[in-house]
Amino acid sequence: MKAIVCVKQVPDTSGKVAVNENGTLDRASMATIINPDDLNAVEAALVLKEQTGCEVDVVTMGPPPAEGMLRELLARGCDKGYLISAREFGGSDTYATSQIIAAGLNKIGLEADDIVFCGRQAIDGDTAQVGPQIAEKLHLPQVTYAADIQKNGNTLTVKRMLEDGYMMIEVQTPCLITCISELNQPRYMSVNEIFGCYDKPVEVLDYNALKDDPLIDATTIGLSGSPTNILTSFTPPQKGVGMMLEGADAATAEKLAGMLAAKHII
Amino acid sequence: MATFNNTILEDFHDVWVFCEQRQGKLMPTDFELISEGRKLADELGVKLYGILLGDNVEGIAKELGGYGADGVIVCESPLLKEYTTDAYTDVICQVVEQRKPEAFLIGATNIGRDLGPRCAARLHTGLCADCTHLDVDMGIYKNFLKESSTLPEARIEATNTALVLGKPHDVSRDLKMTRPAFGGHLMASIICPRFRPTMATVRPGVMKKAEFNQAKADACEIIKPEFELKAETLKTKVLSVEKAAKKLVDLIGADVIVSIGRGASSDVEKAMAMAQELADALGGGVVGSSRALVDAGFMTADRQVGQTGKTVHPKIYVALGISGAIQHVAGMQDSECIIAVNKNESAPIFDVADYGICGDLFKVTPMLIEAVNAEKAKK
Repeated sequence: MKAIVCVKQVPDTSGKVAVNENGTLDRASMATIINPDDLNAVEAALVLKEQTGCEVDVVTMGPPPAEGMLRELLARGCDKGYLISAREFGGSDTYATSQIIAAGLNKIGLEADDIVFCGRQAIDGDTAQVGPQIAEKLHLPQVTYAADIQKNGNTLTVKRMLEDGYMMIEVQTPCLITCISELNQPRYMSVNEIFGCYDKPVEVLDYNALKDDPLIDATTIGLSGSPTNILTSFTPPQKGVGMMLEGADAATAEKLAGMLAAKHII
Repeated sequence: MATFNNTILEDFHDVWVFCEQRQGKLMPTDFELISEGRKLADELGVKLYGILLGDNVEGIAKELGGYGADGVIVCESPLLKEYTTDAYTDVICQVVEQRKPEAFLIGATNIGRDLGPRCAARLHTGLCADCTHLDVDMGIYKNFLKESSTLPEARIEATNTALVLGKPHDVSRDLKMTRPAFGGHLMASIICPRFRPTMATVRPGVMKKAEFNQAKADACEIIKPEFELKAETLKTKVLSVEKAAKKLVDLIGADVIVSIGRGASSDVEKAMAMAQELADALGGGVVGSSRALVDAGFMTADRQVGQTGKTVHPKIYVALGISGAIQHVAGMQDSECIIAVNKNESAPIFDVADYGICGDLFKVTPMLIEAVNAEKAKK
């Protein structure tokens, strides 16, 4: 049995975000982090490893420097890393990305008692689409928004969050689960594991490694295989500057209340 | 599948809206999306249909006509009573293949964002996630860009065509799906030029609900298509559906929202009580929160305003001790009147506020409550 975790390296949008003049993101000037929800997915897999002794593989698609992120996850206790990386894969939208990652999972080899974990969504695109689309391509059942997972043999009982409550869902392995922050508290790297992380294997899956998979052809990967196109991208304009009131005392409060009343806001 | 070729674009017509029901009740998002779908169907000159799945749900379908649906496609089965990814994807894809809609909108709820990508992957088509603006008509789209972007005129005019597989493509009949990315720092308009249906999940609370029209509801056509669904093909089973024990805060429906942020962390309980009192003084409303207090466990997720929380546009939005990170601003900037109180005079929240007071929320809020009450007493 294996737990396979799909992770993404993302720009840290909570810090300084720089936009180029042409409206694209200036990625070079931004720090990269492991996508926050993906850390909950990694933690879920590591919990399973503690319970069952299973192997934990981490998979990412991205440029070669993403290997550094995989090493960091090995230092948290994962066993093996896979970096899906090729120029042919660039420009992929969520459809094409899921096609490629699904081919990567086929290459790693999915067995009957395996579980694939993903984060709910990545903070750069916020689409939450790649997890379910990988599941569809691999004909796996999916449970999204997982806040609790109990495993009994090959049956999982998952608490799936809704806006107004939750559902309890039963699903058999192999399956794909997307994880939210309520699921667990991700652990830190341990000193021993940091020393060991460079001894653990990281395998690169390039175009040649995946090209024989039926999911991979020119009409399904990269820019030409993406059903969606970006028509234009832009930055929202700054709203006109409002009024800063003088002071912060009772007179200020009265002035504001007076203006709100004059404009019939209250 | 043999007869379904979704690259022959002219075979596809009509706009569809997935109408989500929970426990036999339509969701508020359904009415928002039907109202928006009506506009798009008119721009395309086609009909608008809702698609409603469930067990014994035909009785709730006609209400959708009152918001603009020409008809509702109703698929009923005991296996569709509760939402499951397997069953809903299976039935929806079958009906899409039979009837070939041109555009398909789904509310970006926790269920819609589970269903949408699965359907788009099976149908081999494009899906744009969590859209906040939709257009077909180029004139309307360009006006939207003029108002909502900093793009120069020439760039806006150049949106008539897109380069698709190296060739210029006329986008005039494509659905232009606009959404925030990178936490709201960037907006992007996405098209799906080569496949149909064009699919979008749409953020709840953003599209405006139309006026209900009883005559249109009465005239709404009910369509019951054939589909096949076998229990043994379903791989997930719903054991139970639990409603949240506590009544959740309805941020989206509130006219007044007073939100608290990191500046309240020294005494969140006190700040919450003050915020509620201010909301009541301003006409009655609810207390919202920035992500910081939710992540720290002080506030529940149903109160969170922002990119990963709710998008709100109340009549009055008060931000107490909220710095105004773009993720928060993305969820509240369209409020009619924004009042901000923050100790830091360079806090970005003041850039979007109509009225700003630089001060400590614990001192300023009680004075505001008193002043507002005094002003109201004069009337």
